[in-house]
Amino acid sequence: MPSIDSTFFDIGTMDAISRQDTFVHRMDPRIKVLTTLVFIVCVVSFGKHDISALIPFLVYPLFLVVLGDVPVGYLLRKVMLAAPFAVLIGIFNPLLDREVLVQLGPFGISGGWVSFLSILLRFTMTVGAALILIATTGYHAVCMALERMGVPQVFVVQLLFLHRYLFVLVDEASRMVRARSLRSFQGKGAGIRVFGSMAGHLLLRTLDRAQRIHLAMLSRGFDGNIRPFHPLRVRGWEVMFLLGWSALFVLMRCYNVPRFVGTLIQGFVS
Amino acid sequence: MHMADALISPVVGGTLWAATAGLIGYSSRKVKQDMDDRRIPLMGVLGAFIFAAQMINFTIPGTGSSGHLGGGMILAILLGPAAAFLTLASVLTVQALFFADGGLLALGCNIFNLGFFPCFVAYPLVYKPIAGDKIHQTRIVIGAVLSAVFGLQLGALGVVFETLFSGISDLPFATFVLLMQPIHLAIGIVEGLVTAAVVVFVWKARPEILGTTVAPTLAGTPSMKKVLAGLLIAAAVAGGLISWFASTHPDGLEWSISRSTGKEELESSKKGLYAWLAELQEKTAFLPDYGFKESKKEDASGEAWPAVDSGTSLSGLLGGVLTLIILVLIGVLLKRRKKPHAQH
Repeated sequence: MPSIDSTFFDIGTMDAISRQDTFVHRMDPRIKVLTTLVFIVCVVSFGKHDISALIPFLVYPLFLVVLGDVPVGYLLRKVMLAAPFAVLIGIFNPLLDREVLVQLGPFGISGGWVSFLSILLRFTMTVGAALILIATTGYHAVCMALERMGVPQVFVVQLLFLHRYLFVLVDEASRMVRARSLRSFQGKGAGIRVFGSMAGHLLLRTLDRAQRIHLAMLSRGFDGNIRPFHPLRVRGWEVMFLLGWSALFVLMRCYNVPRFVGTLIQGFVS
Repeated sequence: MHMADALISPVVGGTLWAATAGLIGYSSRKVKQDMDDRRIPLMGVLGAFIFAAQMINFTIPGTGSSGHLGGGMILAILLGPAAAFLTLASVLTVQALFFADGGLLALGCNIFNLGFFPCFVAYPLVYKPIAGDKIHQTRIVIGAVLSAVFGLQLGALGVVFETLFSGISDLPFATFVLLMQPIHLAIGIVEGLVTAAVVVFVWKARPEILGTTVAPTLAGTPSMKKVLAGLLIAAAVAGGLISWFASTHPDGLEWSISRSTGKEELESSKKGLYAWLAELQEKTAFLPDYGFKESKKEDASGEAWPAVDSGTSLSGLLGGVLTLIILVLIGVLLKRRKKPHAQH
């Protein structure tokens, strides 16, 4: 779990990036969500040892990053931060699968290393796609898209509320953590009992706050339904966007483009 | 640590997503029916609380490492299973979208592992019987620790099976299980103690919260539906999974026959009624010897144990379902026979 102050900063940065006004940002969020889903499913459906066939898929994240003005360094740093789990599990593959799969001159690369590289590539692309989705669409718009696509309204309302009050609560929790570290010389406290009372106090304040929020909403006319403030409209070219990219993904999944290009080049050269 | 997209296949991801989507739909309906409007901001704010609380690290005494709260059990205790599941699902969604903590396809798996097991399995089966009605400090601690351990063990098992069935990682089942389960046992104990610490604090400061936050349930026998559902799940697990662990040694009868005659099964005569019945059995048995027909040909020296065989799982599950159907038919027929007598 990242530290409290960096989380605060992170969510704020993502929100700021998603409020830019570019061609990608203006698209209907449902299109972006659906295209991202098709992308992820295609990438994930490759076999264990596929590497070259995966590489052309990078064109979609690249397209979005360039046209959507997403800061690449920031994106890559976030992907790196999330990498440990995949690396931890994937690192067993080279240890377990030692059969030589590829011969590069005098060097034989085992199947384990190939599948490890495939895992890393897959990871970067899927995680990158999810982050780019939020960076170009914004959390609120994604929730509206989900609601229009059939997700139960109670869950969407929950997502929206969570996002709204995240900042408030992370702020309070960071004040508590700072107070604790000031009183314990940067230590993490005397263990579970101190944490118990910190979290307990935070919880009591949370419950009181929830009651105040509910009363405030009632006095402003809340009746249980949350309505989006501008209607979502899908235009013709956006449908073409979705269909075009999906067709490309399926094509690249079924045919190994780099190998094809490589054979072509070999044909010309020899 | 949440599962990443890179380690699952679309089939596994899609299946778990279907299960999670079904659960989200069910929980949403329950929340809409049972709870009043007041709970909606409460769920949102408690979700934010869990998020924030997860960022407050604490040192674990004796090890020097630090840990943080998971949150499933606290939510279940304060909100009840359905609302807690939705809240936890929303927290995991935000983590996946903003922090890339677990991919979008793996989100279904993560919500299932971290949400379904604590809220719908560990809480009703372990915590509620221990500390639900008679709230007392020791009961809270014991209930929280046991339910947290139970929920996390199941969640860890879920991760192992999802990775195994996806086939991207080469980790063998036994190694992975031996890695995951002990670690999550330790994590579960710490989580249980932390949950207990927070709940005890709240109970001492404002005891009415624990009593009234969750809708009160009528004491009495558990509903028939839940008992049946529980038995069905147990039968499915036994038939589908535990059957892999069936011993490969011959059973008592086969052992004694092999000791006395040198073969495992006696041969019956090749003609007459025996032969005809044997042929009939061979034709109708679509899962001979509890496995798929083709896999028997590759039966090389020494079967692996556990014999992870989809054929065995399928036969276990099908056998269970067929038995159930036959029992239901018998029950229906018996009831029909009783009715004319009762009307006299």
